[in-house]
Amino acid sequence: MKKMVFGLLAVGVLALTGIAHARTMNVQVREGELRNRPSFLGGVVAVVQYGDSVTVDAEQGAWRRVRIDDHEGWIHESALTRRRIELRAGDQDLSGAATQDELALAGRGFNAEVEGEFRSQHSEIDFTWVDFMETLVKQPAELVAFLEEGGVKPLEDESE
Amino acid sequence: MKSRLWIFTKRLALVIALFTWPVSCETVSDVGATIGQVTGTLSPQEADSIRRVGSAVGRTFEDITPEQEYFIGRAVSATILDSYSVYDNPEATRYLNLLGQALAMASDKPVTFGGYRFLILDSDEINAFAAPGGFIFVSRGMLRLCQNEDELAAVLAHEIGHVQHAHGLRAIKGARLTSAFTILAIESARTLGSAELADLVDAFEGAITDVSNTLMVNGYSRRLEREADEAAVTIMRRVGYDPRALVRMLEAMDEQLEPGGLDFAKTHPAPTSRIRDIVRIRGFNAPAPPVPEQRMVRFQQAMAGI
Repeated sequence: MKKMVFGLLAVGVLALTGIAHARTMNVQVREGELRNRPSFLGGVVAVVQYGDSVTVDAEQGAWRRVRIDDHEGWIHESALTRRRIELRAGDQDLSGAATQDELALAGRGFNAEVEGEFRSQHSEIDFTWVDFMETLVKQPAELVAFLEEGGVKPLEDESE
Repeated sequence: MKSRLWIFTKRLALVIALFTWPVSCETVSDVGATIGQVTGTLSPQEADSIRRVGSAVGRTFEDITPEQEYFIGRAVSATILDSYSVYDNPEATRYLNLLGQALAMASDKPVTFGGYRFLILDSDEINAFAAPGGFIFVSRGMLRLCQNEDELAAVLAHEIGHVQHAHGLRAIKGARLTSAFTILAIESARTLGSAELADLVDAFEGAITDVSNTLMVNGYSRRLEREADEAAVTIMRRVGYDPRALVRMLEAMDEQLEPGGLDFAKTHPAPTSRIRDIVRIRGFNAPAPPVPEQRMVRFQQAMAGI
């Protein structure tokens, strides 16, 4: 009962102060773009890196308007996680955040070093084409132009 | 002498942790931390850190971070390419990536750690694979079966659906994840020793085998295929391709595939059952948009050498 009252109180305080919206999220992809509107067609206003913490100010569909340093822009929710990403685990005091589901350890577990070991044990497995694949980057503007040139238009209005 | 004992106790801690699964990861890290502390391999601070972090590093495939999914995807891709040659046609590959990445942008998971990439396999098989993280492969045989861009879009959107739902990661056996997550808990406290790194590489190798076998040998369940088909229909509608092209592709496959054959037939449910599932999911009432001339022309140009 006591817990419930506390919980309700906390929710009330958050709602009143508007903190409920301004929560911290973390970039979980290698590189992400902040855009000037909630769409991949929006212009890029800033680039964020894996592990960066951003403050979420607003939501629209699957897009989040976030702040980091002096930059503000929209990023797709799939680029973000609630988990704090610890870039140098073990070197820092983790006591503050390390409860379940709050922390991800960047560069740990299955990482470049493990891949390197795997490759040294399996010299027959060649990563050349995989590395080549990674260079096949198409920008959103190219993709939109491709669709337009092919006369491809959405069949139904989906806001996301 | 001490170092041998040290390695032994660390391995023992891992083995014990493995056998305590699936109680919980908290237990795993507690056991690991306690043993490490008692045997003197970890300082009290390190053991404490493991206890705290152990519960946070993960329990199931859903706890695999996008970064780790990316490294699994790279190695699975390299394994696929150990069995198949690449069809090195820059124009066709460029076209495939424009189409595929445009579709991926409209999926529920448009962003992955390393992005969506597409490559053509030099094989007459009718086949397509999606490695975790967004590495997607389509065989020449499959491309030949596509009559137009909409049908190719259906194939790619289906594979994107597998990535979106992380179906590949579900193939990884629980014991491998337990092992990896346990080592990760230790790693949170200090740099890994060579024995731990070796165990982690074993878990990685096992995970790659699990995923690769599922993609190339065993296939997904009908339920997961239906999920990927559902995602494909949604993506195609959002972008503007005719979702009925998916049904046409499945019908074409049904005609071409030999039951009990070695390619797509082996790893996928019968196309007719998938068609029934798709039609049940969404009635296709909207009139079919005409395929514009320029879309047909560019498709034929890109696929000229296929």
